[in-house]
Amino acid sequence: MRLLLVGTSHRLAPVEVRERVALDSDGEAALARRLGEGGEAVCLSTCNRTELYLAAADTEVAGERATVELADLGRIPRGELEPYLYRLEQDAAATHLFRVAAGLDSLVPGEGEIQGQVRAAYERGAVGPLLDRLFRHALQTGKRARSETAIGERPASVASAAAALAAQVFGDLSGRELLVVGAGKVGQLAAKHLVSRGAALTVVANRTFDHASALASQFEASAQPLDSVESQLSEADIVVSSTSAREQIVSREQVERALPARKGRPLLLLDLAVPRDLDPAIRELHGSFLFDIDDLQAVVEETLTGRRGEAVRAEEIVAAEGERFRDWLGSLDAVPAIASLRDRAESIRRGELAKASPRLAGLSERERHAVESLTSQIVNKLLHQPIMRLKEAGPGEDGEQRAPEGRLQG
Amino acid sequence: MVELLVWPALLAYGEAAFAYAGDVRSPGRFGRFATWGVRVGWLAQTALLIFQALSADGFPWNSWAGSLNLFVWLVVSAYLIWGCSPRFRLLGLAVMPLAALLLALSYVAGGTEGGSGLAWSDVLLVVHIALVLAAFAGFTVAGGLAALELWQERVLKRRPAGILRLRAPSLVALDRLTISTVAVSLVTLTAGIIPGLARLPESGLDVLVVGTAVLWILGAAILYLRVRAGRRELAAALALGALGAVIVLQLGLLATHVA
Repeated sequence: MRLLLVGTSHRLAPVEVRERVALDSDGEAALARRLGEGGEAVCLSTCNRTELYLAAADTEVAGERATVELADLGRIPRGELEPYLYRLEQDAAATHLFRVAAGLDSLVPGEGEIQGQVRAAYERGAVGPLLDRLFRHALQTGKRARSETAIGERPASVASAAAALAAQVFGDLSGRELLVVGAGKVGQLAAKHLVSRGAALTVVANRTFDHASALASQFEASAQPLDSVESQLSEADIVVSSTSAREQIVSREQVERALPARKGRPLLLLDLAVPRDLDPAIRELHGSFLFDIDDLQAVVEETLTGRRGEAVRAEEIVAAEGERFRDWLGSLDAVPAIASLRDRAESIRRGELAKASPRLAGLSERERHAVESLTSQIVNKLLHQPIMRLKEAGPGEDGEQRAPEGRLQG
Repeated sequence: MVELLVWPALLAYGEAAFAYAGDVRSPGRFGRFATWGVRVGWLAQTALLIFQALSADGFPWNSWAGSLNLFVWLVVSAYLIWGCSPRFRLLGLAVMPLAALLLALSYVAGGTEGGSGLAWSDVLLVVHIALVLAAFAGFTVAGGLAALELWQERVLKRRPAGILRLRAPSLVALDRLTISTVAVSLVTLTAGIIPGLARLPESGLDVLVVGTAVLWILGAAILYLRVRAGRRELAAALALGALGAVIVLQLGLLATHVA
């Protein structure tokens, strides 16, 4: 069995091509089943890539089948699709998947979603010993890259930066009350990120009450008119404001009046509006932390620079894991040769014992057993070094096990 | 035997201090070395204290240098509770260089020897010293946490672009830990003062007794300000002040014992 990858990604194909060969989860599973007949197959399809990982005895045939399937799926003539496809084999395919799982092949380096997508594809795939080992190793590599570097730790959008800052102030956001001022898309996105980290959206305040109600109903929050914001400031932990108002929505004095009732609980205010909704003088107040859109964008910029730096370290981890997998693949190639060597040695042993059996006729059962055991041990000891040499030798250029007879002996 | 235990502890604490500094420059790379340095050093020092306790005739840490040795162990023990978590490694940067330095000082001053010792039978005094030192260690760690909290507050106010680069505990977590550490330290100090009060008629009032009382008042004020008045920043600043009081008391201990 050899490993093969046929796929396309944002690095080669424009979105017009990628969207045509994209698969939903059922489609992934069905294609994996079809391609996995007589071998193994996993289909990984995200918005940035569609990749088919195959384990097959004949990679030429398997590659042809995969290309035809992708062309059929996208209803694209094969000749037009091929320039957008890449084919990788053996350890090159494995290292590619390790980079994908670590988020190194993503548009935003280190993005965390891909790890879950790789896991889901693996679970839906038609896996056998090779792809099972490959995907488990890839998931471990992704985990290692994220835990040993800071590649996935920092946010890559204004909304996720807002959530990360909230975590910097409050730690676990479970039970933290969120007040959203303005019912536009920006505030909604930030609210989604904060809620996904455990915050509870309790109030949506907006000038147009219907819009507030629509957003509030999505999160089981209550809708309030804009002039009720001050009364919420003593309760809320996080305020996200993103109205299109020309005038200030929250003044320094309003926050100052709310702070004593908070008993030292910090208040985080995130102003995502232009022009700004929140009075910049709020920053002067102890216990309140105000970030505007420029602050958040600066955090995102810094993050992307930092992620690129961390990506270099993550690449080192991926390279080391790729090397380990290559060694394992090499030892896998040696299995048939080792099995044949063992079989031959065992048949010689049995043959010699059979020849000697007339002379061993007088032996007791115990003595016969001792002779069996002794000859087995001699054969095993003789085979040990050649087997180790076979495992170390690995596959040659053509993928066949290379280990000349002469080298097998010491 | 003492040499065999002191040097590993010193080297491990020193290694942890350097690794914490490296972890600040390059987060994640040196963190594990730092954690293992703390653990190995703590184990070596624990063995040292056990050896001292077994080989001395009585309580071996009643001298200034001896109490410093015990104090360092208590501080590192308190730190170890949170020290293994990556987010508390910044606290390690404050604690471990101090621990290495103070242990070296204690060693030079003979605090790691067996010591002539206070008789174990003088239970009140032994309990008094042990509990007061434990409270001092608690206030030291609380001071470190408060420093980290005030630094975190300052960073959040200044809003630098790299605000998320340094992995530090959240402001709320630091606030909670500072206050709970102060609360535990205050209870320990109170329990330590009570046996001391019983001895007050014979030993009399001195600067150390007054200093310890001031530390107790500071601890109580911190709890009042935070829990009742909701003055988080002032409470954190006072916790730093309590650390200052502990340093003054340690120096006072040195002065009275050298005198």
